[in-house]
Amino acid sequence: METEVIVFLILAFVAIGSAIGMIINKNAVYSALFLILNFATVAIFYLMLGAPFIAMAQVTVYAGAIMVLFLFVIMLLGAEQLKKADKGEWQKPVAILFVVVLIVEAVYLIFGGGGDLLPMINEVSEVGDPISLATKLFKEYFLPFQVTAVLLLAAMVGAIVITKQDKKS
Amino acid sequence: MNETLAFILEWVIKGAVLIAILLTGFAYTTYFERRFLARIQIRVGPNRAGPFGLLQPVADGIKLIFKEEVEPAEAYRFAFLLAPVMTMVPAVVIMAVIPWGDKVVMFGREIALAVTDLNVGVLYLLSIASISVYGIVLAGWSSNNKYAMMGGIRSTAQMISYELALGLSFVPPILLAGSLSMSEIIQGQQSSAWYIVYAPLAAIVCFIALLAEVNRAPFDMVEAEQELVAGYVTEYSGMKFALFFMGEYIKMAAVSAIFATMFLGGFDGPGVDTYAWLGPIYLFLKIFGLLGLMIWIRATLPRLRYDRLMAFGWKVLIPIALLNVFITAALIVGLGI
Amino acid sequence: MLYSMDDMFNILPTVIVVAWATALILVEAFLPKKYKFITIWLTVLGLVVALVAAINQHGIEAEAFNGMLVVDGFSSFLNILILGSGILAVALAVGYNKRFGFDRGEYYIMMMFSIAGTMLMSSAADLIVIFLALELMSIPLYIMAAFYRGNVNSEEAGMKYFLLGAFAGGFILYGIGFVYGATGATGLSQVVTAINGGVDSPTFLLVGAALILIGLGFKVAAVPFHMWTPDVYEGSPTPATAYMAVGAKVGGFAALIRIFVVAFPTLSTDLVPILWGLVALTLVVGNLVAIAQKNIKRMLAYSSISHAGFILMAFLPYGDAAVFKSSVAAALFYLLAFAITSFGSWGVVIALEKSEGKGLLLEDYAGLGRKYPALGVAMLIFMLSFTGIPPTIGFAGKFLLFKAVMEGGYYGLAILGVLTSLFSAYYYLRLVIIMFMKSGEPNIVSDRWVTLVTASSAVATVVLFMVSTPLFAWAEQAVLKLF
Repeated sequence: METEVIVFLILAFVAIGSAIGMIINKNAVYSALFLILNFATVAIFYLMLGAPFIAMAQVTVYAGAIMVLFLFVIMLLGAEQLKKADKGEWQKPVAILFVVVLIVEAVYLIFGGGGDLLPMINEVSEVGDPISLATKLFKEYFLPFQVTAVLLLAAMVGAIVITKQDKKS
Repeated sequence: MNETLAFILEWVIKGAVLIAILLTGFAYTTYFERRFLARIQIRVGPNRAGPFGLLQPVADGIKLIFKEEVEPAEAYRFAFLLAPVMTMVPAVVIMAVIPWGDKVVMFGREIALAVTDLNVGVLYLLSIASISVYGIVLAGWSSNNKYAMMGGIRSTAQMISYELALGLSFVPPILLAGSLSMSEIIQGQQSSAWYIVYAPLAAIVCFIALLAEVNRAPFDMVEAEQELVAGYVTEYSGMKFALFFMGEYIKMAAVSAIFATMFLGGFDGPGVDTYAWLGPIYLFLKIFGLLGLMIWIRATLPRLRYDRLMAFGWKVLIPIALLNVFITAALIVGLGI
Repeated sequence: MLYSMDDMFNILPTVIVVAWATALILVEAFLPKKYKFITIWLTVLGLVVALVAAINQHGIEAEAFNGMLVVDGFSSFLNILILGSGILAVALAVGYNKRFGFDRGEYYIMMMFSIAGTMLMSSAADLIVIFLALELMSIPLYIMAAFYRGNVNSEEAGMKYFLLGAFAGGFILYGIGFVYGATGATGLSQVVTAINGGVDSPTFLLVGAALILIGLGFKVAAVPFHMWTPDVYEGSPTPATAYMAVGAKVGGFAALIRIFVVAFPTLSTDLVPILWGLVALTLVVGNLVAIAQKNIKRMLAYSSISHAGFILMAFLPYGDAAVFKSSVAAALFYLLAFAITSFGSWGVVIALEKSEGKGLLLEDYAGLGRKYPALGVAMLIFMLSFTGIPPTIGFAGKFLLFKAVMEGGYYGLAILGVLTSLFSAYYYLRLVIIMFMKSGEPNIVSDRWVTLVTASSAVATVVLFMVSTPLFAWAEQAVLKLF
């Protein structure tokens, strides 16, 4: 119990730190690296929650596949360095204002307002191991699973259609 | 409490032993490759340092340590330093889920001869394999050199393309064993036959994809000296270069172990049921044989052209692997294997 | 097994569309170039078959797939509406796509996938399915928006729609996460049970509902989530615009009504003030900004925003058990009226559009009423219908809508609705004046399918007004299955 809390705190620190690092870094490649670190940390959270399958999928799909493509695009476009924005400077104070408002609102809601936010559901279900996950996916969540398949097919065909060159020219 | 301590100690020792074996094994893999290649090409190979040149790896190591480390002035320093580490670490940790043998009794404890046995072992392999791309991509980019960049991008594109075929080729063994755990896959092979018999197509696809995954000939775009100098390692020297080198050879050993486990029964062999300590020996022999095969392929086949390589991955390997998944699943359901 | 053939049969229209579209991908890939037109005919055939199946399903009330889908009057009404819209959209696209040189069969396949997504949304009773169906509806729309390759505006439209749509999808997902956190369920029926049993953290539930409202508000283009609408509508190929104007609205409102009426009636006291503001803003901004537009596509975009406001208005009394049935019926009827009128007016736009974005300004319509009286009269009918002047179906729609809103007790909003309708008369009728009073030499591109769509929409706009009472009775039967 105690060690779990300590591990969680360290990981939470890393996760939030890497998220902030991703936002404030001026170099897009380093931002992407921070995001990868963030994904990896989240994967460890899943492991701690007893969901190794999801943890591994998180690493493979997000940290592995998607972010590599991100890095690819950044490198091929040569978009590593953020150019100083020549307009939109007025957005900064406005954005800060909104952030402050949002934080105050959140703090008020959590501590002052309802005070009803803490008890979230506490059921640890057996979704962790691959067999029960597969059983759920193919029985209970059969429909969403199939819809996802159709969705991915449509997206894939669409992506090819709008990028493929016509042969004639 | 004592039990927990012993447990942690066991893990640490097993991990340390594995890393030690890999690090020394790497050195002698290079020696093995050079001698074997030389034999195939009717040369002698390194034979000066020590008897039969056995101390050649040591000499190489000393040379690399004392070499000057050059760092390009325009390099992105942090990523430049990070890249070798990110190549090395996945190569070492990927072996963690490969069992070397059954349980043995040592010091009054029953010890499983594997660092760990995850119930998602195969996924672990795939996720670590997908992470290992970053070292290359970062090395290529951070060197700020067009050859390094080209090499990095080429080998990355190659790795992520072949990763798909690799993942699909893992499916038949998973289906046959009914589990994602490496030890259960080996058990499945012990109780029936090695899966290379049941799924020969998957084994072939898997081996080709693994070759591409570790950038070995004929997929060694990185070392296409004629066009890319030395690819992503162009700007690296000294120990940093040695780390990439190490990563490559350790990965060779690791993928051999993976292939042996998925298709050749892992530590399985005659008599392993009675003498559990035979397991690591069988596994070592299998890895040795597969390494020899890889070197043989390198000596035999010319390098593929880059576009051919990508076309082969996407248009040949992936459809075959996909088809094979269907066939295997149909056979399992139909014949009740 | 937790699913069976019965489940498949219950969602037969959707299954037909999905399977047909998937098969069409292969057909399109292997058809020789000469016979590509077959894809279009097959698309229409598939939609007609699905439409027959949907009509055949009328009156069935059932659950499918473990309660994740619900087949009821509401879903079959919307299925019929969206399938009909799909057929009209195909007819609008055929000539246009050929004229501008991007007549690829995948356009129709994408549209079929989008239709399937909309149909799933209309019967989804599980938040996960709703989200997936929403994406299945939206992703093909992004592609259709960017379909005119090489055209900067079209590519910009696709990109903008994609980025903002993904952002809105994130809101919905985040909201679903909150709802799940508060109730421990994603199925609407379990959510209701959990809420009625009392949730530990109502604030989370409210936050979740609000986030879902924001995300769906984006899809239906309600102010202040409407920023993408004019640019996307202007940049996309016009037939794609015509389809997305109706398709995205149908899907968005289907999900909105289903989620809030079924799952969150207890939250209505908290949400109604927000909705009130949303509706008022949408009505005012949509109608006022439309006045300033010089481009017909942008004008119609703002007009569609304002119509989203009108439909949302019917949504306001959703927590009132006595009224919500007639108000939902009014919303459905309004959707129908909007769909017919909208397709007709986009047909006229297509007839006048030239390459490089020419023929889209309001001045280009000068003299249309004299040179092509039939087309002018059709456009007049559509504009009257948009404004809500008899004898058009738009009038019936607005009448029923205001009636439902007044029954709910939102008199202020009804007055605002009437006032903004008056504003809207300014820009709709200005177009009529330009068409009939100003002289000019517009050239139309003759395209029999577009002509057919325009003519039949014009006739339908008037004729359906005559039979609006039985039509509304049909909409009233389209009740939601409650839990």
